[in-house]
Amino acid sequence: MKCEELLAILNEYVDGEIDPGVCEEYREHLDNCDPCQVVVDNIRKTIELCRACEPFELRPAFKTKLDAALRERWRTRRDCRQR
Amino acid sequence: MPDDGRLVERALHGELEAFEELVRRHERQVLALARRMLRNEADAEDVTQEAFASALDHLEKFRGETSFRSWLMTIVSHAALKVLRKKNSLPTVPLDEESLDGLPRPEFIADWREGPTSLLERKETMRHIQEALDELSENYRLVFLLRDVGELSIRETAGLLGLTENNVKVRLLRARLALREKLTRVFGDSTARIAPHAHGGTEETA
Ligand SMILES: [Zn+2]
Repeated sequence: MKCEELLAILNEYVDGEIDPGVCEEYREHLDNCDPCQVVVDNIRKTIELCRACEPFELRPAFKTKLDAALRERWRTRRDCRQR
Repeated sequence: MPDDGRLVERALHGELEAFEELVRRHERQVLALARRMLRNEADAEDVTQEAFASALDHLEKFRGETSFRSWLMTIVSHAALKVLRKKNSLPTVPLDEESLDGLPRPEFIADWREGPTSLLERKETMRHIQEALDELSENYRLVFLLRDVGELSIRETAGLLGLTENNVKVRLLRARLALREKLTRVFGDSTARIAPHAHGGTEETA
């Protein structure tokens, strides 16, 4: 297996959806190829970083507006059901 | 601390506080995805509000087969795409199937100086991520956001974007490779940079 072939099935590997036979070949390549190991690790970290929650709170004015709108909707829903 | 599923049940039994706790837990992630998809703060806030309102309206449809987070992410993705379509800023679907031919080879290969957890504590990290995402073409950006940030399945991503599953897979791979390249240039340890493997000989064509 060449690095290019490994690149082509990277998604399935990173997502853990690869068929075990191919996985074996893949692992063998990875064990012997530093650049590919680092690329796979870089990609995992890239995804983890982009997925992580933004540590910012909502703008206070927006949070107030959001909560008020949802409370209002909650009330309307309840009234509809009781009718 | 009750889990999300338990909170949904309590909300369905009429407990407003339970619903508000669900909102509090997920509001930042919902807004973050909307913001990255729409790249407009006012639109992102509108869509966030719309998504939670829609979640409230359809709460009894949440069955707990997926996580509450991923259910919400589907709702907010759908709402954000509606706005993008209305603004006509959604790229049209390519006629030919994209292929894996000519994938860009990784160039800057190096371990990162720090792990994601410690990077997240720095303010400038978010700016770097945003810049890297902004540089992606819309085709790749949306696929990456829905699949890797929103954690939608390939099938759901394809459905929402009107693409084939194969399109989604190819675009996702290209997006991941492009982001890896950009972010590794920023976060990679340049003193530990290694060269791509040269495949010169025939011994490797096994
Ligand atoms: Zn390799």
